[in-house]
Order: sequence, then structure tokens, then C-alpha cells
Amino acid sequence: MTCVHLLLTLVFAVSLGTPVEIQGPRGVPLTKKQFYVENKPFTCLDGSRTIPFDRVNDDYCDCKDGSDEPGTAACPNGSFHCTNAGYRTMFIPSSRINDGICDCCDTTDEYNSGAKCENTCKELGRKEREVLQKMTEITKEGFLLKQHLIEEAKKGHQEKQIKVTDMQENKKQLDEKVEVLRTVKETAEQPEKEAKERHLKAWEEQKAAIRLEKDKAKMAEAFLELDDNADGFVSVSELQSHAELDADADGTLTETEAQGLMGGAEQVDMSTFESVWPNIKDKYHSEVSREEADMSCLVSSEVPFGPHRWLVQLPSEAFYRYVTEKYSCTSYVSSSCSLFPYANPTVLWFTAAQKARDDFEEAEKALREMDDQIRNIEKELSFDFGPDAEFTYLYSQCYELTTGEYIYRLCPFNRVSQKPKYGGSETNLGTWGSWSGPENNKYLLMKYEHGTGCWQGPNRSTTVKLTCGKETVVTSTSEPSRCEYLMEFTTPAVCQEPANTDLSPHDHVEL
Amino acid sequence: EAGLNAVCPRWRLSVLSKDDNGVVLSLGVKNQRLIVSARPFRLDIMQGPEVLLSLNSRGLLAFEHLRLHKDTDKEEVGLWEETFKSHTDTKPNGPTSISLDFSLPGVEHVYGIPEHADDLKLKTTDGGDPYRLYNLDVFQYELYNPMALYGSIPVMLAHNTQRTMGIFWLNAAETWVDISSNTTGKTVFGKMLDFVQGSSENPQTDVRWISESGIIDVFIMLGPKPSDVFSQYASLTGTQSFPPLASLGYHQCRWNYNDQEDVKSVDQGFDQHDIPYDFIWLDIEHADGKRYFTWDPHKFPQPKEMLQGLMDKKRKMVAIVDPHIRVDSGYKIHNEITSKDFYVKNKDGRNYEGWCWPGNSGYPDFTKPEMRAWWASMFAYDQYEGSMENLFTWNDMNEPSVFNGPEVTMHKDALHGKWEHRDIHNIYGLYVQMATAEGQTRRSGGVERPFVLTRAFFAGSQRYGAVWTGDNAAEWDHLKISIPMCLSLGLVGVSFCGADVGGFFKNPSTELLVRWYQTGAYQPFFRAHAHLDTTRREPWLFGPENTALIREVIRQRYALLPYWYQLLYQAHKTGMPVMRPLWVDYPKDTATFTIDDEFLIGRDLLVHPVTEEGSRGVTAYLPGAGEVWYDVHTFQKHNGAQNLYIPVTLSSIPVFQRGGSIIPRKDRVRRSSTCMENDPYTLYVALSPKKFAEGELYIDDGHSFNYDTKKEFIHRSLTFANNALTSNNLCPNCNFLTSSWIEKVLILGASKPSKVLLKMDGKETPVDFEFDTSMSVLTLRKPGMNAGADWTLLLQ
Repeated sequence: MTCVHLLLTLVFAVSLGTPVEIQGPRGVPLTKKQFYVENKPFTCLDGSRTIPFDRVNDDYCDCKDGSDEPGTAACPNGSFHCTNAGYRTMFIPSSRINDGICDCCDTTDEYNSGAKCENTCKELGRKEREVLQKMTEITKEGFLLKQHLIEEAKKGHQEKQIKVTDMQENKKQLDEKVEVLRTVKETAEQPEKEAKERHLKAWEEQKAAIRLEKDKAKMAEAFLELDDNADGFVSVSELQSHAELDADADGTLTETEAQGLMGGAEQVDMSTFESVWPNIKDKYHSEVSREEADMSCLVSSEVPFGPHRWLVQLPSEAFYRYVTEKYSCTSYVSSSCSLFPYANPTVLWFTAAQKARDDFEEAEKALREMDDQIRNIEKELSFDFGPDAEFTYLYSQCYELTTGEYIYRLCPFNRVSQKPKYGGSETNLGTWGSWSGPENNKYLLMKYEHGTGCWQGPNRSTTVKLTCGKETVVTSTSEPSRCEYLMEFTTPAVCQEPANTDLSPHDHVEL
Repeated sequence: EAGLNAVCPRWRLSVLSKDDNGVVLSLGVKNQRLIVSARPFRLDIMQGPEVLLSLNSRGLLAFEHLRLHKDTDKEEVGLWEETFKSHTDTKPNGPTSISLDFSLPGVEHVYGIPEHADDLKLKTTDGGDPYRLYNLDVFQYELYNPMALYGSIPVMLAHNTQRTMGIFWLNAAETWVDISSNTTGKTVFGKMLDFVQGSSENPQTDVRWISESGIIDVFIMLGPKPSDVFSQYASLTGTQSFPPLASLGYHQCRWNYNDQEDVKSVDQGFDQHDIPYDFIWLDIEHADGKRYFTWDPHKFPQPKEMLQGLMDKKRKMVAIVDPHIRVDSGYKIHNEITSKDFYVKNKDGRNYEGWCWPGNSGYPDFTKPEMRAWWASMFAYDQYEGSMENLFTWNDMNEPSVFNGPEVTMHKDALHGKWEHRDIHNIYGLYVQMATAEGQTRRSGGVERPFVLTRAFFAGSQRYGAVWTGDNAAEWDHLKISIPMCLSLGLVGVSFCGADVGGFFKNPSTELLVRWYQTGAYQPFFRAHAHLDTTRREPWLFGPENTALIREVIRQRYALLPYWYQLLYQAHKTGMPVMRPLWVDYPKDTATFTIDDEFLIGRDLLVHPVTEEGSRGVTAYLPGAGEVWYDVHTFQKHNGAQNLYIPVTLSSIPVFQRGGSIIPRKDRVRRSSTCMENDPYTLYVALSPKKFAEGELYIDDGHSFNYDTKKEFIHRSLTFANNALTSNNLCPNCNFLTSSWIEKVLILGASKPSKVLLKMDGKETPVDFEFDTSMSVLTLRKPGMNAGADWTLLLQ
């Protein structure tokens, strides 16, 4: 019973199939049917040999090009044609015939494998038409948007070019202004420089005089200290009480040693002591412990108030304030340390020079800023924004996509980055490199390179794949290889003009 | 006892003579005697007047025993406690090592004791480190070095033109092998001079084995033929498991295929580029937080859907299951192991914990039979959620790898019941694979054959699946070393061996990748794998020309699957290695003894892979005086016993078929091996100079144990003699039906017949044929008989 039933089903299926199926060897496309003529010798399509027709599709490979077995898996390089009525026709490698896997939606590839395939062509065709329709719509709208983008880009381009030309003109004027101000500045600085040199010299002289004065005072003090008996003479024995003057460092200052220091004399008076003082002043310890304020004033005054500091580093305003208001360094060191003030005309020179400097610097800064602006616009103008500048609108924009873990950010022509959703620092996934699509359309891929380095790996990089869409949006990201990211991005800028709007999709599919 | 097979043949020894100092025992085989001498103690195995092998002839027998530390004991550094870097080994039983020496008179070539990244022929270790056997997870291992690697098989083979013998030192503790030879350093000329002058001492190799603990338990295999040693060793530890046919196909692996989408697109990539493959692999990232037996809920939310997608294309998947278990009270596996008290303990009796991929991890005690039974039960479909019958397993890190342990492994004083880890270290990995394979078998009620890949192994591991050579690198030397590494494993029972195609660490150059595919396609386990940090390297990513080269070699592999399968069956039945050094089949040809840049697949295919960068030619040694070899691509015939220079291009893979052999192929290559199940065979009959050839054909369902339990297989002998090719049944009481048939017969080295007849079922029918005069190839067109039938093809 089952057998009969099966047989009937089979006959039914075949009789249903026959009306639409054009007879001919299995797996041959309509375009090649002419080469396969029943009962006539078949010549392999590469012309390599001729075989009897009963060897076509006899499950043995005779032709090197596989053309004698279009409907069996016998040839390693054969291909099988499925008609797929209701859907797209298709070629599959003949190795997929009767392998138990349904490849053709019309089930014709599995005629002898026992695989239970269902004809899904109608359903696939319907779905494909829907998708095609949608795609066509998107492409259409996208292409319109693209025209806008191109218009805008053109306008923007012109505006920017005009702006650059204007700016170039302004820049010329600025250039001249800077040159004029430079001359003014240099002229104004000449008397200032001279005054400073004079002042420096005078300051050095005064400092030397002060030092000499202090030394003298110290010597006199030392004489009085050493002259224990106050007889107006310093004797050898009086000197011996200062063991620190010991020359051979054995701890005692012998009589001979002391006499040596005194230049062979037994005793010296105040005026002769002047010649002894240089021998002992470096080692001499005063008997009264006292501040060394005098010396330290000299030393410390060199640091915050010394002429070098002033002239070189203090800003003009502060300088002026010190010169006019603070004649002494009382707040910093002992009162004995008075400062050497500038004379009034010198200060005026300084003020004039400073003003010239400020004017010059201001003009120079303006020039630099102008230069930067020009450079930025020129850089933007030099970018390859596509054959019709349709990608211009992406410049200085950023687009984000949030996934389970990260927020991805694409700033076209600039950089790609990744930031953890729940805190953590941003990682650079690459900065703009180049267009890197296939030769026939390089504008389908963007390459961003030299991102943050990977541990034991390369620097991160990202490839951005552009597809046509109405919206400009990042649709997905992945990391196919460690630290090599792939981002999918839709934009109207890559939408192509719909091929043939007159041809309805129906005709196409039916064919 | 896990290393050993249950059935080990035994014979009674008989005393031939004895005196005060010893006895002479008969070994059962004619003329073979064992002389036992008491003072000094030594054993000599004799055949006639010849000493085959002596034990303790150098008096290096030594043993220590377990004991408690007493105050009276000598205090020497390292005797009662050892420190390695920051780790301390408490050695509660004191020093426990054992040692014994073996002398092999007349032997200059010894092999085996894998795993080492070194030449096939073992080197003498005088003045250097001994070969070390201690299963370790070695980061970026060095080549040509006796250092320990992932697995240990303490079996050494000794070979000369007269005899092949083996020594099996059954000990799972850390083991060292020293080799010395009295001919080391002698030049060929020097040896010849010795011979001419008659002054030569007999060449001899001396070997010393040392193990850290355990007992001296040694098996001597006396051969005499190489095949005898293989079967003798197989009688002790069992043979290679018979793998599912699909596992001999191509495996696509990477650390990691990121998610289900990624798996799908790689799968589609193979179809788009018309490249066959059988298995796609998932590394550690697939699991949820490295909790094995689970799936990452974001990346692999629908594992069954993914597996079904693969099954629809008759393809399969492997997911990794490592033996370190994440310590996590929210993890079922951890909780069950804890509640059943199945973890390895540290010296203080608490659960041993160490760092591995998931962070803090426990290590199940696989030496416990109850633990293994429980582990096996975890592979049941209702336990391992998301698993299906086309999901198989990979055991990595089973040395075991412990990131913060001494030498990246477990502390020696950790405890497995009463045994210290030091006693069982080298066999831990075997138990992991054993339990996993058991689980895979059990999930199908014992019907389906398992497939489990392991990195760590020990003597006997061959019974549980495949082995690979671990974390190699994308370097030409690593490609080269894959040959001796797998040859050494094959000699000691592990036939199902392969190396990561392309190299695991680093990025291979395109040339290296192509050459590696060409080499790997002719090695038993054929899997591409790559480190997480490498760039993608699926076969179609290197331009159409290289895609075509890789496609071609993978197709060559698939066409030869019937031969590979038959060789695995033979290995399973007899212990014969699948991938063999030349000397195994040419034991008297001394020129073959050190060759390890070419090899045989079975007896009949000789492969000399190109392993040099920018190579323009290779010199292959074709063995066998009076024999011929046929280039499998051009069918050109070459004489044996010669060094043949073969010019090569990037597409060349020098492979030769032995004259005298018949190899069945399936030349219709499809998407996966399973798709080729019912396809017809082409027989490649390569005639010897005497116009003779023989071969076999083995067919079964490719995946179940029915070949064993129900004798459901076809095993036929194919013989060409007297101008007739005959298929005879080697197993008349077997029953298996195949729809495969013989579509073509190629006879290489034939002369042109006037007529060809097929004799079958008492009828004679003419068969069409073609003859290529230039290469002397006779092609019989579509004889059409069923592959399981009796038939004869007559050439007249």
C-alpha cells in the first residue's frame, strides 16, 4: 500500500513539474542548451574531446572542463544550474548535487540523495522582492539626499574658498603690520638695552664697594676682639687663642705658625693688621656668635631682586611696580640692604619698549591665528570627500553606537574610539588613514589606523564599511581579529542612482 | 594501571640452568634466554650467542623508599625539602628516586620518549641535560632541546638492521633519560676504518632512566621486527582509538571565534570559497566566564541553533573543556565537585587551588574512578546544556597547568587521596581525556565513537583520542619540527597526531601558511589554529591564488580520506603507526635511520613536505632497492634507493605512491566528509616492477561502534597479479551495505591491454578504458561494481 501511494505521489509530482520544465540534460542552463543535442555526439565545451551523447550526465567525468556532467557530482569542477522558478536562477558547484543538503530552492540539486527538500522558491522570491523593493526605495531616497549633500558640499566648498581668499588678503595686511611693529619694537628696545647694561655695570660696582666696606668693618671688629689686652696691638699669643687658624690642622696654633700668619712680626697695630687679615679671614671665627645678615643680604638679594632676574624674567608691570614703589627689600631681607633704584628716564624708556613689544606680540599672535584658520580650511578643502564631495557633510561630525559593553564613536576623517559604558577611559581605535575600498570604488571602505597599542599585539585599527541608507548611522561594530575593528556605517553618500527605474521587479524575477 | 591495557599476555618462564651466582631462564621464543646474575646483579637477554640487552650492566640500579624524617638522617640540601623560586616542596616522604641502566649492544639509533621538540633520532646527552619527561605547559617552547613539554610517554625504541626493541619504563613521576653511545663523534669514515681494521668495538648505546618516585616497573619489547614491537607495546597499553571518519577531515580553529555570527560567517566562507571542512572549534572565550560546560550568554545565546546550522551542512563543532574549575559558588560544576569532595587536596588536606584562565580554580581529582564517572555524566545532553550530538570536546591545560604553581604546574606535595601529585603527575592528563571520552561515549548510550583532543598525555593516551603538539609558533622551524614530533609519537602508539597549522603564536607569512597547509594535510590530525592576538587567517584571506593553493591541498586530503580511515583502522587493530619514519618499512636500509624531513603515511605514500622558505627544490630519499615510486600528481615513475631532486613551486607537494600498492580514493570532494559518504571510489593501482600491487578497502558507517559490536563493516583486500585486479572479502562474516561503487580504476605502470573484462556474479562484461602512453597509465572507465562486492577485472 505504502509503495503504491509513494509511486502515485511521485507521478503526480512529475506531472505537475513537466509543464514548466523545459526538457534537456539536467543542470544545463537555457543559454547552453543548444550544445546538448539528444542522440548527437557531445563535444566538451572546451572542445577537448567528443563523446557519445549517452555519456552526458552518466555519472562519470569525461570532459576536463566538467561540461559532460552538468547534472551529476562526477566532475570536480562542474557546475549545476537550478532554474529556481519564482526566485533567482543559480549555479552551484556540482559537488553539492545529491550531498543531502538542499541548495537549490526548487530542490533540483537533491534528486537522488533522500534529502527532504521543500520548494521554497516562491517564498524566497517574495521575500527578495520585498527586500529589493525596500532597497530600491532606500536607494532612491538616499540618492536624492545625496544630491542635496553634493549641492551643499559644492556651496560650502565655494564659500570656504572665497573665505580663504579673503583671509589670504587679510593675512597680507597683517604681515605688513607685523613687520612695521617689529621695527618700532627694535627701535624702542635700543635705549632700554643700553640703560640695562649701564645699570648692570653700576650695580656690579656698587656691590663690590659694599663687599669691601663689609670686609673692612669685619676686620676692625676682629682686631678689637683679638686685642685682648686692648693695647692697640694684636700679639702672637693673642692670635694663638684662635686655634681654628691652625694651618697644619693638628689642633694647635703654635707660636711659629702664628708668627708666620703675622708676617714674622711679634705684634701688629691696626694698620699693619690690614696685611694680616687676608691670611686669616677665611678661617677666622668671631668670638661673638652673631648673624651673618650682611652677607646673606647680599647673597639673597641676588636671587629675587638681582638685576638679572629683573631684566630677564620679571614681566613689565611687576617690574614697573618694583622700580617705582619698592626701593628696598625690607620685606625679604634685613633693612641694611638697600636697593639700587633706576633713574626716572630709564624707567620711561622701559615703558616705551614694553609697549612696542606688546603691540608687536599682539599683531604676531593675530597673524598666527589667521594662519591656523587658513590652514584648517585648506586642510578641509584638500580632503578627498568623494568624486562629488558627497562625504563633506561627515567632516567634523561624530556618530555613536552603544553596544552591551561599550559606546563606539566614529568621527569621520578624524578618529574612531571606544569607551566602556560603565566608566573607564576611552580607547583610540584608529585615526583617519585613507579610503581603502576595492579598486572600482574605493569610497566603500574607510581605514583608521595607529590607534592605541594592544598588549603583545598591533596598534588598534578600524575598517569602516559604508552602505547606502537614508540615515547616517553606525549600525554595527565587531572585532574580527584582535584589535582590528570593523564598523558598519550607513550614509546616503554612497547611494548609487537606481539602475533602471522603469523595469518593474516583477518582470526581472519572472525571467 | 591506567596506562596499561587490561589484557596483557603472560607466559611461564622455565629454568634452563642455574648455579651459585644465577639462573638461566628460557623466554619461550626459540634461542631466547634471560641470564640472571646475582653478584653483581645484572640481567642479560640473549638470543643465541648474542646479547640483545643488558640491565644494570653499569650498576646504576638505585632506589630509595618512602620514610619519615628522623633526627639521625643525613642533612643534605634538597633531601627533605626543596625550593624552586618562591615554591617549597615539603617532600614528606623524603627522597624517593629510582634509577636503572640499560645497555643495547649493536645499537646506534634510539627513538621515542616523547614529547620533545627535537629530532627523530634521540641524541646522546653526555655533557648536557638528559631528556626530561614532566608534563608542563611551556610558554613558547624552544626547539632542538631535551626540555619537557606537555606530554610524556616513557617508551624508547632501539633499532638496527637486525632488530627493533623497546623499553617501556612505566612510571608517571618526573623522569629523566640519559643516553650515551660509544660511537658518538665518530665519523662515517672513522667507523669504516674501524671496520676495515677489524679493531672496532661493537657499537653500543647505553641508557639510564631516573624517576623521582615510584617503583621500577619495566617492560622490554624484543621485536624483532618494528611491527612486532608495535604490537607488543599495543598489547600492554592498547591501540589508537578508532576515531570518527569526520575527525580525519579538516578542522578550523581559532582562539577565538567570537560569537554565533562569527561562526556562521566562517562556515559560509568555506562554502563561498568551495573549501571542505568538518569541524569548527571554540576556544575558552565561548564559555560563560571560563566556566566550562556553559556558554557566554551574550556571544553564544543559542548554541543549539548554531549547532543545528552546522548539522544541516553535515558539519560538527568542538568546544573546549579544561580541567581547571572556577571556584564560584554560583557554578554548578564547582558546587557538585565540592559537595562530592572530588577536588585535589593540598598538603594540608584542604582543596588545592591555583590560578588558571578563570582566575582562582580547583582541580578535580581525575585519578578517582568515581570522579571520572561523575565527570563523564556531565556530558549527557541534559547536563551539558546547549550540547548536541555534533558537539565534541577538546581538553587543554591538562598537564595540569597552574599559572601560579611551580613551573606552571601543580605542587608536587598536593594530594590525590593517599598519593602525592609527584607520583602521578604525568598521568593526570590521560585521566582527564579518559573521563571526557567516556562521557562522550556514554551520552549516546555507547553507540557513537567519541572525539577528544588532548594536550597532555601519557603511555596509553592513544586509547582516548587525538593529540596535538601544543602552542607552537608561526616559524619555519616549527613547521619542520612538527614532522619528528608526530613521528616520535607514532612510534610509541599515538598515531592521531598533528600540529597547529599556521603556528599558534605570531602571524605566519603567506608562504609559510600555504606550506603548513600542504604539510598538515598529510599529517593525521589536520587542524589550523591561531592565538587570540594574531590577525585572522581563514584560508581565503590571502588572495585568490593562495586560496586556490589551500583549497587544492585540503581537497587532496579529502580525496585520500578512505586511505587515512583505513590506516586508522589498522592502527586501531594492530598498533601500526599511521605516520611513520621510513625505517619502519625499510628496517635494513641504514640511509633511512635518521630521516625526519620526510615520512610515510601507512606503507604506501611517501611525503616530503617543503619546509624551507623560498624553496626551489627538495631532495627526497626514495627507499627500496628494486622498487619504484610514482609521483601522485604526474604519475611519473622513479626508482627506489635514490636521492631524488624535485624542483618545486608554491603549488608543489612532493608525494609518491609505492609501486606495488593500491590506494582507494574518493575524488569527488564535497563540503564535508559526511557529504561524501555514498560517493564512489577511484582505485589507484601502482604496479611494482613485477606488475604486482595490493591494498585494502575498509568501509563502515564512519561514526558508530557498530563496526565493533555488530561487525558492521566491509574489509576487502585488493590484489593485482597476473593482469587481474581482484577484490576479496577479508571479513566474510561481516555485514555492512554501502551504496558506494567503483567509478574508476587507474593502473600506473601498466601496458596497453586489448580488452578489459569485469567478472562478477559469473558474468563477464567489457569495460571501456583509455591508455596514456607517455606515463603508462591505464584508466578503466566506470566499471561500476559495488564497493562491497566480489569482482575481478581482467586485462587481456
